[in-house]
Amino acid sequence: MSSHNTLEQAYDIVIIGGGTAGPMAAITAKEKNRNLRVLLIDKANVKRSGAISMGMDGLNNAIIPGHATPEQYTKEITVANDGVVNQAAVLAYAERSFETIEQLDRWGVKFEKDETGDYAVKKVHHMGAYVLPMPEGHDIKKVLYRQLKRARVDITNRVIATRLLTDASGAVNGVMGFDCRTADFHVIKAKAVILCCGAAGRLGLPASGYLMGTYENPTNAGDGYAMAYHAGAELANLECFQINPLIKDYNGPACAYVTGPLGGYTANNKGERFIECDYWSGQMMWEFHQELEGGNGPVFLKLDHLAEETIQNIEEILHSNERPSRGQFHAGRGTDYRQHMVEMHISEIGFCSGHSASGVWVNERAETSVKGLYSAGDMAAVPHNYMLGAFTYGWFAGVNAADYVAERDHSELDEAQIAAERARVYAPLQRESGLPPAQVEYKLRRFVNDYLQPPKVTRKMEIGLQRFADIENDINQMKASNAHELMRAMEVSVIRDCAEMAARASLFRKESRWGLYHHRVDYPLRNDAEWFCHCHLKRDENGVMTSFKKAVEPYLIALDDNEQQAYNRLRVGAA
Amino acid sequence: MAYQPQDIFFRSTAPVTVDEDKCIAHKGCTVCVDVCPMDLLAINPATQKAYMAFDECWYCMPCEKDCPTGAVRVEIPYLVR
Repeated sequence: MSSHNTLEQAYDIVIIGGGTAGPMAAITAKEKNRNLRVLLIDKANVKRSGAISMGMDGLNNAIIPGHATPEQYTKEITVANDGVVNQAAVLAYAERSFETIEQLDRWGVKFEKDETGDYAVKKVHHMGAYVLPMPEGHDIKKVLYRQLKRARVDITNRVIATRLLTDASGAVNGVMGFDCRTADFHVIKAKAVILCCGAAGRLGLPASGYLMGTYENPTNAGDGYAMAYHAGAELANLECFQINPLIKDYNGPACAYVTGPLGGYTANNKGERFIECDYWSGQMMWEFHQELEGGNGPVFLKLDHLAEETIQNIEEILHSNERPSRGQFHAGRGTDYRQHMVEMHISEIGFCSGHSASGVWVNERAETSVKGLYSAGDMAAVPHNYMLGAFTYGWFAGVNAADYVAERDHSELDEAQIAAERARVYAPLQRESGLPPAQVEYKLRRFVNDYLQPPKVTRKMEIGLQRFADIENDINQMKASNAHELMRAMEVSVIRDCAEMAARASLFRKESRWGLYHHRVDYPLRNDAEWFCHCHLKRDENGVMTSFKKAVEPYLIALDDNEQQAYNRLRVGAA
Repeated sequence: MAYQPQDIFFRSTAPVTVDEDKCIAHKGCTVCVDVCPMDLLAINPATQKAYMAFDECWYCMPCEKDCPTGAVRVEIPYLVR
């Protein structure tokens, strides 16, 4: 075996992922019981990790008293998801999230307020008003880091968690991983684990062909989805892919949420508006795709009609938050918002419940289907949950995990699981020669584009499954020259697992739903009679990937017929 | 053993470059190395200055923004810009 060290530790709660949900879960668990030993581990550095590493320019789903109600919001998200939601999970978010805003406000996160001191809420969604700008949101990670230190949360950076450990009853009792600089192996006993690993953002290959030019922070390779899957957890509605309308090639958001309230909009090549509402949904993406592929394409973000003062304001916000290299990109291409529309395109596919609905199943307590395992943030299946949902579900996970571990002891770790994982992780380092991980990743992700990018075709997805099986053999021939490349090699295995999940989940649901996210050419219509249900996926007792239906939970908030059709009327001029 | 596996390396230009006159890594600073989400930067043992060791940049900017002396420059990778 290898000469690398194995480091063993024990904590009450281990949180994997220090982006948005993870820090909130860790702080909350410590606030609930300051005697708990809480560890936050991240594959990057918590100071600048996750989807909001450079901040965020606003809340996309703020439910502020006087502007919106939790019931209205729950309705809107139900409709935007073609009815297939667990309303209890959405409503729990909606009812708690204003307290999250107040907590972040107290911590020093600056939200836009009007002259009376009230939150300056904007309308971007089709029905209600939920967008709250944070023009100075670039500091949010610093604010979180300060709170982590105050709460005395232990932090381990640059450790890649690869598998969860489970006891004889199937409950999670530990985490395994390795250091991406030293390649040391980590075995951490835990009474509960909270997965906050973000989206599966390296599933598709960006149209630029650049491996790391993804919409999501490329650290978010889908590690959490793979770990949850291998631990036996159920994943929900994975076929509801994340696909976003982005700046072409740059692949960052055009930010109609920021520009919309200031007069900007998505336009076709004639400069004309073709969708009534720029809020990201499968239905909106369907119209976007139609326009892009039709004679009116490509699609643009139009700002050139706005006043100089407004454009300066937009530049100030968009070029300092979330993706601040955007200004440099536009300058390089000679794009000036004053004179030019910004060319847009469709992103590569991914899993992300923060934007769509594809994630590890959780209930309104952030519990997964595996005992002792919690999840929050982009990877946890609460539809359209965004950053504020990550914070709020991080809070739920922290509180509930703290209660769960209170009466529990550590259980004995299974040495066989540890030995198997150690061998799996170190194999690429021990090969004398072999395939380069970057090339295996490139080929795998090109197949994802070739065979899974919607509109989805049955025969293509079947071929995709065969290709992904072939890639499994390639993974067993990869060589890593150092610990850094080992990190990339292990990520290829995560991406492959996600690709297989994406194909199988998409093949299982034999209808079309959620606009472009799950448009099946062979089953082009929505079929409520057979498919008004969740579709879950898990690893069964025999280790086989299996899909099954789950009934949609009874609605807590009823919708009338007119409301149910609202997101089918996004196209300008649609009756 | 007539045929031996042989590695061949692709050339790339680093999108992140460091002004060594401004860089204070030799005094113990590791800010840019710490904040890179992808763990792409390192300190060159020979020069004791920061440099980009791996070509996997997301052009996200913490290395440039957080550098205390303004020594780091991020350019958008050629394939994207």
